[in-house]
Amino acid sequence: MAELRTEEMILNMGPQHPSTHGVLRLVLTLNGEIVEEVKPVLGYLHRCFEKHAEAMTYPQVIPYTDRMDYLNAMSNELAYVLAVEKLLGIEVPERVEYIRVIMSELQRIASHLVAIGTYGNDSGAMTPFLYCFMDREKVLELFEIVCGARMLYNYIWVGGLSHDITPEFITKTKELIKYLRPRMKMINNLLSYNKIFIERTAKIGILPPEVAINAGVSGPTLRGSGVKYDLRKSDPYSIYNKFDFDICVGTGERGVVGDCWNRYIVRAYEIEQSLRIIEQAIDSIPEGDVQSAVPKRVKPVAGESYVRTESPKGELGYYIISDGSLNPYRVKARSPSFCNISVINQISRGHMIADVVMILGSFDIVLGCIDR
Amino acid sequence: MEINEIYIKLKSVFGDGIGELKTDLPVRPFLFVDASKIDAVALFLRDEESLQFDNLSCLSGVDYDKDNLAVVYHLCSYSLGHQLVVKCLVPKQDPKIKSVADVWAAAEWHEREAFDLVGMIFEGNPDLRRILLPEDWEGHPLRKDYKVPEFYNGMKIPY
Repeated sequence: MAELRTEEMILNMGPQHPSTHGVLRLVLTLNGEIVEEVKPVLGYLHRCFEKHAEAMTYPQVIPYTDRMDYLNAMSNELAYVLAVEKLLGIEVPERVEYIRVIMSELQRIASHLVAIGTYGNDSGAMTPFLYCFMDREKVLELFEIVCGARMLYNYIWVGGLSHDITPEFITKTKELIKYLRPRMKMINNLLSYNKIFIERTAKIGILPPEVAINAGVSGPTLRGSGVKYDLRKSDPYSIYNKFDFDICVGTGERGVVGDCWNRYIVRAYEIEQSLRIIEQAIDSIPEGDVQSAVPKRVKPVAGESYVRTESPKGELGYYIISDGSLNPYRVKARSPSFCNISVINQISRGHMIADVVMILGSFDIVLGCIDR
Repeated sequence: MEINEIYIKLKSVFGDGIGELKTDLPVRPFLFVDASKIDAVALFLRDEESLQFDNLSCLSGVDYDKDNLAVVYHLCSYSLGHQLVVKCLVPKQDPKIKSVADVWAAAEWHEREAFDLVGMIFEGNPDLRRILLPEDWEGHPLRKDYKVPEFYNGMKIPY
């Protein structure tokens, strides 16, 4: 019998494909069902953030940072504002710091809930997705109480906050903490330890720790590879050094360290840690005026600052150069998803097409953050 | 390790390849490195026992001044916990600089981005193409002298 002829096939996954979590195009080179190469094509959501920022005053940039990683606007604002405050050399009242930490952690919970829900959805589990979005909505309601917006807040200002928190916010946050703990148990039973889900994710897309560090991978994606590194502990900013919490890492409880399941489970565990931080912070908020340190005019002296923060997706950095005028000379955003996605080719080779979907989902990317 | 010690160490190995050390506030201390030596310096920073800069946190392209572009490297060591900022000046006339993509894999895409938006040429980058803008875009938008073109592929650009 004559030998069967085979040839490589090129397949475009995306930019309009639901499992790419936005407008990302992956050019797959296939040998049958096996992936030989993955080439990500970026830029479909490029909105010239860095160019726009140069034409605006420092506070005007804050709403733009919201729209970078739109599932996680508070952390974006925080990172940018910390960088500007470092340039200005101002201290903010302790009350502001406490509220900022609470907001970032609530945002982390909301962001991780989306990550968990959509990841379940990618693997064919529709129900956890609905539960996660219900719970996320409760977090967004809290933001709405405080500043009126659900997703894009412009809440954290240079030197302060746009609104103070209300007693209603505090009671509802405490209720949320009580509500979320059993819900997370339920979601873990429903999804995390589900046999089908584990079969889809365990031992898929193994990312060795040294490769991860070299490629600039950060956040839960890095910790899934067993690297105990969290900027909230390793290089503390704001007042994170006051709180007691653990760094969650992938331990190979199911599958092996560094695979999709371990990356995923880090997020599920981190929600509990965020709840712990909020619990500690909410009872000890000092009194004060949240706008007392807001400068009338933000005009830093010439200089530059680089601030790294631990956003839910990973290390979010802002590099700001000031020339002494009202507008920043250069704003560079170091986006966590941008670096995380860059290893996809390396760890997808040799897997099936369906596994690429799981690997991509395990990074928890947001295209607004990658393309800026 | 403090930046002063790192500076002395680098100076003893690379001599003139290492430029000035700037420590005046509010700038976080940084040092200049010759653009043609950056790949060797980077390898040394990563592999030297007492430095171990295993992570490139951020690489930014900047339109630095009238004649120069700059590439800024924010380095950090996961194992030793220290950080370092390195800058390379690249003349606008001939914006060539050595790539560090084979030292830190993270640099590959960051260099592509710097090439795309600011326009320096990274010699040795395995895949130096535009990454955020369309392949046929003209010019480098983050240059200060950049003028937004009126048309792109026959379409009027509204802004």
